[in-house]
Amino acid sequence: MSTGGVGTAFGEALSLILAFDHQVLDIALLSLRVSGLAVAIGLLIGLPAGACLAVGRFRGKQTLAVIANGFMGLPSVVVGVVVYLLLSRSGPLGDFGLLYTPSAMVIAQIVLVVPLMAAISRQVVEDAWRQYAEEFNAMRFTWSQSVRTLLHDCRYSLFVAVLAGLGRAMSEVGAVMIVGGNIDRSTRVMTTSIALETSKGDLPLAIALGLVLIAMILLLNGLAFVVRNWAMRRYS
Amino acid sequence: MPMFPVSASRLRFEPNGHAVLRGLDLVLGGEGISVVLGPNGAGKSVLLRILCGLLEPSAGTLRWGDYDHCPEGVAMVFQQPIMLRASVLENAALGLIPLGVARRERQASAWAMLERVGLADRARDSARQLSGGERQRLALARAWLTRPRLLLLDEPTASLDPSGAEMVERIIREVRTEGCKIVMTTHNLGQATRLADDVVFMASGCVREHVPVSEFFRRPASEEARLFIQGELPWQMAF
Ligand SMILES: Nc1ncnc2c1ncn2[C@@H]1O[C@H](COP(=O)(O)OP(=O)(O)OP(=O)(O)O)[C@@H](O)[C@H]1O
Ligand SMILES: [Mg+2]
Repeated sequence: MSTGGVGTAFGEALSLILAFDHQVLDIALLSLRVSGLAVAIGLLIGLPAGACLAVGRFRGKQTLAVIANGFMGLPSVVVGVVVYLLLSRSGPLGDFGLLYTPSAMVIAQIVLVVPLMAAISRQVVEDAWRQYAEEFNAMRFTWSQSVRTLLHDCRYSLFVAVLAGLGRAMSEVGAVMIVGGNIDRSTRVMTTSIALETSKGDLPLAIALGLVLIAMILLLNGLAFVVRNWAMRRYS
Repeated sequence: MPMFPVSASRLRFEPNGHAVLRGLDLVLGGEGISVVLGPNGAGKSVLLRILCGLLEPSAGTLRWGDYDHCPEGVAMVFQQPIMLRASVLENAALGLIPLGVARRERQASAWAMLERVGLADRARDSARQLSGGERQRLALARAWLTRPRLLLLDEPTASLDPSGAEMVERIIREVRTEGCKIVMTTHNLGQATRLADDVVFMASGCVREHVPVSEFFRRPASEEARLFIQGELPWQMAF
């Protein structure tokens, strides 16, 4: 394609965004809903799991930490295939009929973000625990009291973990494509439609969605930056 | 079950073969303030940690009254108390979490305690913004709030100015009058004379003397103690 073509595509993409094009808006909202829910559920699992790995004294702790670290970069298509097998009609969870629904995408993204958030949480909490352990032990904190107190104490640093999870979930394409099926008006999210529209040659829509995706991620990071700065000033 | 006297006999602490305590004998009654004195590296902080159950002795016996493991009712304030990234009030209430006190009651008791240590007006501030003296008072409040029977203080006034130290001493006296046994270390001999009922003098990982405070300063039994009081103990003798 000529440069002029790309320029025109960009112009059309911008006018789509500025006109609050319905299609763009719906797709963006679905992305945000699916990834937001996956991260919200994932953080309830990942953050405490990471803290337990930091504080706990049990066999296999090192192994689990290594696994969590390794799974941070799990290829999303592999997660997609595994969740597909679980949810497909003949799979163990097939009776729920979740395949090709937004719920399936949420499940796949939870699997994707939990190890990432757990690994970051473990690192953050372990650093704090190294400083606090003796004092907590002197106060006779139980294991679970330590975990809860540390999670609360590290809440602003753990923001980074949540954000990393959200970034990962919103930008992955492999898992949602496989378990969601990229069905129009049902499971079509930003990344899958960008892939589809590009291959169809509808560049303006692909570019518009790409710009919205980038803007959303930048916005979230900016927000986190502001919150963290505020917290750092507050608690020096 | 009584947790006094706390008695240590032939206590040794030798992490990785490096002898820190070398057969320490000590009996502490349940009242008053015992001040542990001794040169740097004598093993004072290690002794307090062992009394708090944070370190395991390598050999010897240690009993807290009828208990052979550290019972409830022992609290410790470290030389550099850690503060959570939270308000002064929440930090003061921290010690009540393990006692299963509900959040509301924790905060109410913490308020009352902050009044007593003169930090009530700072309750909503971040604990990490406190000065050294205020931190130390907060740490004392935090420990005191748990109503310990034995309170261990590791150099509670190190690096405080005279008025800060004086405030901490006032709190220590108040805790004592409530019937809590206090064992503390200090390098401030004036403070030892002001606060101590009895002095435990340590050197080279042993207790060399354990006598009433007036006796210690008037008639130190050992040559080491005499030199220590005069500030002339050569450092080699600490080991
Ligand atoms: N947790 C520990 N594990 C192993 N060794 C330790 C530990 N804590 C302290 N030591 C060692 O024990 C020795 C005595 O240390 P300790 O802190 O008890 O001295 P101290 O009498 O408190 O001295 P100071 O007056 O300087 O505070 C030191 O050589 C120190 O390195
Ligand atoms: Mg010390």
